[in-house]
Amino acid sequence: MADVILRNISKRFGAVEAVRELSLAVNDGEFLVLLGPSGAGKTTTLRLITGLESPDAGSVLIDGRDVTIDPPGSRDIAFVFQQYSLYPHLTVYDNLAFPLRSPARRVPEPMIRKRVEQTAELLHIASKLNNRATRLSGGEMQRVAIGRALVRDPSIYLMDEPLSSLDAKLRAELRLELKRIQLELGATILYVTHDQVEAMTMASRIGVIRDGQLLQLGTPREIYESPSSSYVASRLGTPQINFLPARLLPDVPVPPGTETVGIRTEHLKVGARNGGRMVGRVHRVEHLGEQNHVHLDYKGEMLVTLADPHQQPLKADQEVELHLVHPLCFDRAGQRIPAMIH
Amino acid sequence: MTAAVANSTAHSIVEASPRAKAVAGGLVILYAVITILPLLWIVATAFKSQSDAIAYPPKVIFEPTLEGYVNLFTVRTRQTPDFIAKLPPPETWYDKLVRQRDMVIAGPSKVVPRFVNSLIIGFGSTFLAVFLGTLAAYAFSRFRIPLADDLLFFILSTRMMPPVAVAIPIYLMYRQLNLTDTRLGMILLYTAVNVSLAVWLLKGFIDEIPREYEEAALVDGYTRLQALRKVVLPQAVTGIAATAIFCLIFSWNEYAFAVLLTSGEAQTMPPFIPFIIGEGGQDWPAVAAATTLFVVPIVLFTVLLRKHLLRGITFGAVRK
Repeated sequence: MADVILRNISKRFGAVEAVRELSLAVNDGEFLVLLGPSGAGKTTTLRLITGLESPDAGSVLIDGRDVTIDPPGSRDIAFVFQQYSLYPHLTVYDNLAFPLRSPARRVPEPMIRKRVEQTAELLHIASKLNNRATRLSGGEMQRVAIGRALVRDPSIYLMDEPLSSLDAKLRAELRLELKRIQLELGATILYVTHDQVEAMTMASRIGVIRDGQLLQLGTPREIYESPSSSYVASRLGTPQINFLPARLLPDVPVPPGTETVGIRTEHLKVGARNGGRMVGRVHRVEHLGEQNHVHLDYKGEMLVTLADPHQQPLKADQEVELHLVHPLCFDRAGQRIPAMIH
Repeated sequence: MTAAVANSTAHSIVEASPRAKAVAGGLVILYAVITILPLLWIVATAFKSQSDAIAYPPKVIFEPTLEGYVNLFTVRTRQTPDFIAKLPPPETWYDKLVRQRDMVIAGPSKVVPRFVNSLIIGFGSTFLAVFLGTLAAYAFSRFRIPLADDLLFFILSTRMMPPVAVAIPIYLMYRQLNLTDTRLGMILLYTAVNVSLAVWLLKGFIDEIPREYEEAALVDGYTRLQALRKVVLPQAVTGIAATAIFCLIFSWNEYAFAVLLTSGEAQTMPPFIPFIIGEGGQDWPAVAAATTLFVVPIVLFTVLLRKHLLRGITFGAVRK
C-alpha cells in the first residue's frame, strides 16, 4: 500500500475538458471517494491514474515515484471496472488468477491457488470457483470483479462505480462488505461514484467533483455539515437540500452578503401555528414507510422535508409554522458564507 | 402434469404450435432436398460408368463402379486385346478394372498435386487473410487512427470492381515478378482479395468486445499483444471462425484468376477439374469424382467450425 498524488492534471477529449487542473492526494490506508454526477471527470481521473489515458498536463505520483508516462502494467494498480470486468471465456477461478498469471508477475501456481482461495473465502464465492463467469448472478459477478483486484497486493485499488449495476439490496450488502474488507486489509482505495450513500457510508474522505474540478475534499461529516458551496450541499442529503432566496426570510438572521439560504431537513422544524411569522402550507405528503416526505409551499417556493409518520400526521392544505435552525448561507456565486456564531 | 396440459386451452405465444412446427420442418426439409439434390447427383455420377453418366433419360438406378475414381487418379493408354492378354495377371483391383476397357495404367494423374496446391493455397491465404485482418481490425477498432474511416473505405473499395477488370494488370505484374504459376503468387493474390473482407467482418466483431476487458488486462500487467491473445482473441473466436470460412470458400472456389495465372506447377483444382478428358471428350464420372473430393475439405472445415459459425453469422449484426 502506498499513497497516490495527482498534481494539476488536465485532460481534454476534443472540445471537452474532462479533467481540469486537478490535484488530489490519496493517503496510505485511506478510502477516498470521488463523488460527482456522470460526466464530471471521475472515470477519467481514475483512467489517468491507471495510465489507460495520459494527461495533457500535470503528473501522477505513486508512492513518491512519478509514473505519468509509465504503461498501465508497471504502475502496480488494481482496477475494478463498472462492468464487463469478468472474462466470459474463463471460469471464476481463472478470472481471479488472471492478474497473478500476468507474464510480468510470474507468480508460481501453488501461490496463485492460495491467493485465489483466500480471496474467494473473503468474498464468499469459494463455492463458485469452478463456474463459468457468465453463469453467476449480478452480485456474484461483482464480487468476482472486486476479487480480481483483491488477489493482488497493489499500491492502490481504483474502483469505478463497482456497485452501480446492482439492485439496491445487493448494493447495500456489498457496501458493508467492501468497507469491512478495506479495514481488514488496510487497503488504500480510490472509489468513484455518483451515489451519495456509498460515499457517506464507506469513505474516510470524500472529494466532490464537478466539470473536472475538485470542489471540496473532506471527511463525510465535514462535507455534509459544512459544504463549501451550494453545489456540494446539494450533492448530499435526502431529501435534497432546499434553497430559498434570503429575501423571503426577513426574520432569519443571516450574515451579510447572503443571497441564498440552504435548508436541510434538520434545519427545519415544522409545528402547529403558534404565532410565528414563518407560515407554510402543506402541499403534499409522500408516505415512504419509515418516514414521510412533506412538500411545503412557502411563499410560492417548494420545500421538501422529512416528517415522522408516528407523530401527529400532517394533511394537505394544512397551515404550519416553520422554524429554521442554523441553516446554511450562500453568497451570489453559491459560495458558502460561514454562519455567525450563535 | 398431463392433466394440466390436457385441460389447458391457452396456447403459448412463444412456443410454436405442433402444426406450425410441422409446416416449418417440412419447408426446411424441402429446401434442404432442393439444395442438396445437385450435390447428390454429382456424388452418384462419380459412381456411374461413362455410358450411364450420359444416358438419356438420366439413370437414377445404375450399377455402381469405381471407374470414375480410378480414371481420376490415373493416366491410361489403350492397348489391343492381344497385348493385354499377353500381360501377367493384374496385380490390383484397379488394374483389373482398367483392363476390362482394353487399357493399361500408364501412371498417376495430376489430381493429387493439384489437390495439394488447392489445400496449400486455400488454407495458406485464409490463414494470412485472417491473421492480417485480425490485427488490422483490432487496430481500427481500438486505436485513434487518423483518417480511419477513409482508410476503411479504401480497403473496402478494393472489392468494389469486378476482379476481371484487374486481371490483365495483375497478369503483367505477376509476369514481371515471376509470380505466375507459383503457390506464393496465388496465396498473395487471394490474401489481398480476402483481407479487405476479413478486416471489415472482424472489425465488427472486435467492436462488440468491450475494451474494458483488455484494459483490465493491461492494468493487471499484460502487454497489449498478450491482452490481445489472452482476452480479445478467445472472445473473437466466433467472428474469426466465420471470417475464416468465408475466406476459405472464396479462395478454394476461385476460378478466373486460377485459370489465368496457373497452368502447371501451381494449378489448383477449379481449373483442373473441367479439363479431365477421357476418350471422346469429358470423362464425366471422373469429373464428378474430382468434384466430390473437392467439396470434402470445405464441408469438413465448416462442420468443425459449425458451433462457432451459427453464432458468428448473426453476431455483430445486431446493434445494441
